[in-house]
Amino acid sequence: MSTTTVAATGVAHREQPPALVYGPIAWLRANLFNSWLSTAVTLALAYLIVRWAIGFIDWAFINAIWTVPSNANGTLDSTACRDARGVGACWAVIGDKWRFILFGRYPYDAQWRPAICIFLFIGLYAVSAMRRFWRKELLLVWVVTLAVIGLLMWGGVLGMEYVPNDSWGGLPITLILATFGLAFAFPLSIFVALGRRSTMPAVKILCVVYVELIRGVPLISVLFMASVMFPLFMPAGLNPDKLLRAQVAIILFSAAYLAEVVRAGLQALPKGQYEAADAMGLSFWQKTGLIILPQALRLVIPPLVNTFIGFFKDTSLVLIIGIFDLLTSGKVALADPVWQGFSSEVYLFLAVIYFAFCYVMARYSRGVEKYLGRSVRR
Amino acid sequence: MIRPFAAFGALLATSLLAAPAFAQGSGSKTIDDITKRGQVVCGVAGAVAGFSLPDSQGVMRGIDADFCRTVASAILGDANKVRFVNLTTQNRFTALQSGEVDLLYRSTTWTLGREANLGGMFASVNYYDGTGFLVKTSTGVKGAKELDGATICVQPGTSTELAIADYFRVNNLKFTPILIEDLSEIQRSFMNGRCDAYSTDSSALAAFRFQQGAKANELTLLPDIISKEPLGGMVRKGDDKFFDAVRWAYFALLTAEEYGITSKNVDSFLTSNVPEVRRLLGLEGDMGKALGIDNKWAFNEIKQVGNYGEIWDRNITVMGVPRGINNLWNKGGLQYSPPVR
Repeated sequence: MSTTTVAATGVAHREQPPALVYGPIAWLRANLFNSWLSTAVTLALAYLIVRWAIGFIDWAFINAIWTVPSNANGTLDSTACRDARGVGACWAVIGDKWRFILFGRYPYDAQWRPAICIFLFIGLYAVSAMRRFWRKELLLVWVVTLAVIGLLMWGGVLGMEYVPNDSWGGLPITLILATFGLAFAFPLSIFVALGRRSTMPAVKILCVVYVELIRGVPLISVLFMASVMFPLFMPAGLNPDKLLRAQVAIILFSAAYLAEVVRAGLQALPKGQYEAADAMGLSFWQKTGLIILPQALRLVIPPLVNTFIGFFKDTSLVLIIGIFDLLTSGKVALADPVWQGFSSEVYLFLAVIYFAFCYVMARYSRGVEKYLGRSVRR
Repeated sequence: MIRPFAAFGALLATSLLAAPAFAQGSGSKTIDDITKRGQVVCGVAGAVAGFSLPDSQGVMRGIDADFCRTVASAILGDANKVRFVNLTTQNRFTALQSGEVDLLYRSTTWTLGREANLGGMFASVNYYDGTGFLVKTSTGVKGAKELDGATICVQPGTSTELAIADYFRVNNLKFTPILIEDLSEIQRSFMNGRCDAYSTDSSALAAFRFQQGAKANELTLLPDIISKEPLGGMVRKGDDKFFDAVRWAYFALLTAEEYGITSKNVDSFLTSNVPEVRRLLGLEGDMGKALGIDNKWAFNEIKQVGNYGEIWDRNITVMGVPRGINNLWNKGGLQYSPPVR
């Protein structure tokens, strides 16, 4: 009877779907409480999560110590923090050291310069990420921005004090190594990937040897070669700077890995695409640039971003050659006798920074994947 | 693993450095380079409290950092004209050999092997250190020989690890090493009782104990020092003039302390009639010129950085480490300067 009434009066009485079939309660029943076993697991996990969350909030916020007083000779007195060890976090260490962790040994009064550089980097990423800016001018924007960053970091003009790059440190170093590393490694990797599939034996062998040689050793040893062995082979006085050597090592290393990712994309393309392009009479570069690469790169976005994220974090390995990137600055801050032992707080702070960058990269790549994958879904 | 590597490096470096330095002016290529550059490039650890560690404002502090400054003030007349390069234990000698740095003050132990094999030599000992043991007072251990069968926390790959192994073998004792790389982690393990003793350079142990504040009495630093670790400045072989300058930049600080000359009262000594003081401060004798640097060399050092005792108090005393064998020779220590004449 009721159904006919609804039909007769249009939308006046729309019945709610039964709560046990649709809606959040039903979802919970279906996914978390659908048998006695899953109910038990759900309750046990919920208990653990709540316990852990309460403990964490207690430690990180409620019992935390935010500042500590200075003692007679002007140094900070961390006794309060040491007494609270294990009960509450000591955020005073971040309060004291955050500028050092972010900017390293950069002259204190000039630290606004690396600060601007960080924002320039973030701005550069944001602009590059927006599709409406995907034009040829973007290349110009990159060149200009990177030049401005170099100008700000080195200084020496416009009344800015000259700061040699031994004094750089912290987040700018991480961003410089990662950005320049990937900006140069990515184009290089495309050429290496194409070279590896080339029919010209010399080119092919060269690319295979390069990739296998670099992939066969850990990044640490490549950095080590760049930092320790390389200077010994150079005549005295002709010694490229340490940061540059590390940067080149990172570019070469990441290019080898990215090349394999790109090659996977090239191999995944059906042979028909190559043949169709040939049939249209396109030259090799036209074929590659217009037909092959756009499709191949789209296929490999997830592994590409995976490698990007990996290398963003791998830049922290430069610590073994004495360059103070973000992670190393944090470690050095912990060597201060006042703050020895408060590693959880510092590492948590660093983790938040790394996570912010990596998570944004991951989310963005999903967006790009969806956008470029429209044709497949249609 | 490092050793053949370093020996190979040394071989290469010495062959490169063998070219004689034909330089005018000071007679030292390194000093001329420094003067031209207007900067001393000094290799430091940059991560060891009390020796070289940037403070919250990023300024390098510590006894090694200050010794770099004394070299800059002696050669260039300005203690701030120094560029610090952070070096790891692995790349420090290569950096010296390849000319990336002018000298090392990187808490590096003076050993025969290093001086003979690595193409460098030690110009000074700014800190006499040694391997020691820290135990909990409640264990009642009074000496290292009572540690038979103990578990000992130690950082892997350090000279401490070798020193302990040697010591226990020679004394026919047993121990279980617990190797932990991370400094915070090793200290936490020791405090939590995972190991009976914590061993590293006694300076670091004393600093760690001092840092415990009111609870310092719960920890005992054993009196036995089981290895000699003279830490000092290292320069390249083949430039004796620069070696002399670095060595006497250090001796000048000891002489200054011996005569009670400090950064605060150095001006009042300019009227002194003690011959050695007059020679030290460049009032007579042309001592600086003989070294190939300015006659005011020691005056600048003392004025801008301070004498040895001042440097010690500023960097080491605040960490709670007693002066001990690093006192002047006439106060029962090992720090002794030949006469300035």
